[in-house]
Amino acid sequence: MNPKNFNRLFFVPIQGASLSHSAAAEIFNKDESRTDWHDETLWFVREKRDKAVRQIAEWEQLRSLGSSIKDHTLSNLDNYLAEFEKNAQANGIKVHWAFDAEEHNEIILKIIREQKVEQVVKSKSMLTEECHLNDFLAKRGVEVVDTDLGERIVQFRNEPPSHIVLPAIHLKKQDVSETFHEHLGTEKGNNDPQYLTEAARQHLRTKFIHSQLAITGVNFAIASTGGFVVCTNEGNADMGAHAAKIHIACMGIEKIIPNAEHLGVFLRLLARSATGQPITTYSSHFHQPRVGQQMHIIIVDNGRTKQLGRPDFRSSLKCIRCAACFNTCPVYRRSGGHSYHTAVAGPIGSILNPNLDMKANADLPFASTLCGSCSNVCPVKIDIHVQLYKWRQELVSEGYTASGKKVAMKGMAFVLSHPSIYRVAGKMGRWMMRAFPFIMNNKSLNPWYKQREMPEAPKQSFRDWYKKNKQ
Amino acid sequence: MSSREKILGAISTNKPALIELPVIDIKSTSSLAADWLDQFIKTLESIGGKVIQLSSIDLIKEEIQEAKNRGEYIVNTLPILGEVNNEINSTMEASLLETVDRAYIEGSMGVAENGSVWLYEHQIKNRLLPFICQHLVICLNVNKIVPNLHEAYKQIDVAKEGYGVFLAGPSKTADIEQSLVIGAHGARSLLVYLISE
Repeated sequence: MNPKNFNRLFFVPIQGASLSHSAAAEIFNKDESRTDWHDETLWFVREKRDKAVRQIAEWEQLRSLGSSIKDHTLSNLDNYLAEFEKNAQANGIKVHWAFDAEEHNEIILKIIREQKVEQVVKSKSMLTEECHLNDFLAKRGVEVVDTDLGERIVQFRNEPPSHIVLPAIHLKKQDVSETFHEHLGTEKGNNDPQYLTEAARQHLRTKFIHSQLAITGVNFAIASTGGFVVCTNEGNADMGAHAAKIHIACMGIEKIIPNAEHLGVFLRLLARSATGQPITTYSSHFHQPRVGQQMHIIIVDNGRTKQLGRPDFRSSLKCIRCAACFNTCPVYRRSGGHSYHTAVAGPIGSILNPNLDMKANADLPFASTLCGSCSNVCPVKIDIHVQLYKWRQELVSEGYTASGKKVAMKGMAFVLSHPSIYRVAGKMGRWMMRAFPFIMNNKSLNPWYKQREMPEAPKQSFRDWYKKNKQ
Repeated sequence: MSSREKILGAISTNKPALIELPVIDIKSTSSLAADWLDQFIKTLESIGGKVIQLSSIDLIKEEIQEAKNRGEYIVNTLPILGEVNNEINSTMEASLLETVDRAYIEGSMGVAENGSVWLYEHQIKNRLLPFICQHLVICLNVNKIVPNLHEAYKQIDVAKEGYGVFLAGPSKTADIEQSLVIGAHGARSLLVYLISE
């Protein structure tokens, strides 16, 4: 059998994406030192998070509050959205509603065309990534300049972000240097991050100053005041929004919080969980357009109401996009964000994306060891690893896994529930490993050997050892 | 049916039964203003800001004059520091603001736990100013420091003006290999004068 087919049959669920997570991860893993570097870099961010969290005595209380405030808000979401709309309109903000990604993109295109806008800047918004806004506008002749440094880097390279907080975390400074040399004319071979960042600053300042329209995301939208908060470290959301004549802020329906006092909880949780900072450099509160400016908010569903209707998975809508689950995940760290082939990667993406497209994302809930570290660091206590497990059941029962996997699982269940057969199988396995190591240590025949060393086979089973040694 | 009706209808069908909203009952770790001041300074310095305590504003006035003599474009928005730059208003063009070397702004409140300062729109004169200036100086009354964000939100009214911001340190990024670089798009430095006059 062709080894590729063998692998696909037994270990990869059926899926619609061009490459499944495991197939893409296999390519990522070919460069071992780079994989190690990626792993260590993200673990460094996780450690910064731990250090920041330990300085807050009431951290667990904050997590519980964050979780309960979000639970409450989801249980009253329609009323809060209506309240938010009414207050935002009273503040002079135009509110739009988009049922799906296409409608969201069309609303933005309509504003661009009506106002004859030619220059558009955008700060980081995972929602616009989810809706593939840049591609949509590019096909219609509108160029969007991403202004977050990491996003600008990946945009130059025609790549999607690989991480929701650190979009270019998969790249080394040499890669950035080459990209900037090509697009910004920086010195060839100058890999100094300070120098490269300065070049981006100069380049993007001219974009900010000449832009007519700025698109931003929304971190939190306050129902009782009709305003919204955007958090950045670079200041790019503010530079864009305050310089342009038109500001469009895009938000998923789940970004709502009841009152401003709840920001006290979420802003304390967000940056500490994300990067270990006590707060982002800028936490900007927008309530009215400035004199002579137009401000729009687009409230987007795009599958979120459907997820709200799934009792097992609705709490995934509590996510505040800090990416702590990415940084701690052993699978994410060693497979890279692009392996997840979706706008939001990592553990949280793996429970959000099957809702959007079960077939195309059937592989994602399997890209986990179910170790539970994601749930332990989540600032709003989403039981991510439990939901990963539940999605597996759902996907199997809906028929989105390969038949080979089902056969293998049924075979395993049979062996494990029949002790005598289990003992014979164990004996055979140990004998195989000793007598024919080249079969077990063959990457084509035994996919478990990939990126792993097989253990030395013991001469006897634990059961035999126990029988002999018990007093 | 409009998308608004479709979305709100789907939520009302799919949402769970009402769950109670919790009460935020977090006490600050210390009740001493001296501790808050100490923590504010330490935290702001740890995120790249500089803090100087002053008992007289004369030093700031001199500093402004010296910089002006050197030909720098200094914007002062505080009447107590002398002549105010009246050309800075809410509709000033970005291309003009871009030439500001250093801006002096009054802060409303400092937050000890995270080193941030709250700025109301009326204090910054133009929303772009604290971002687009090359260097930012905030003057803050030393008695305006609160222990944490919960206390801060009790004291500020986020909706009173069209815009407001918690600003914590200079603009920064670590998007290239996690190397911290100060001065991404916003101000390259932040100096906070804590004034006890």
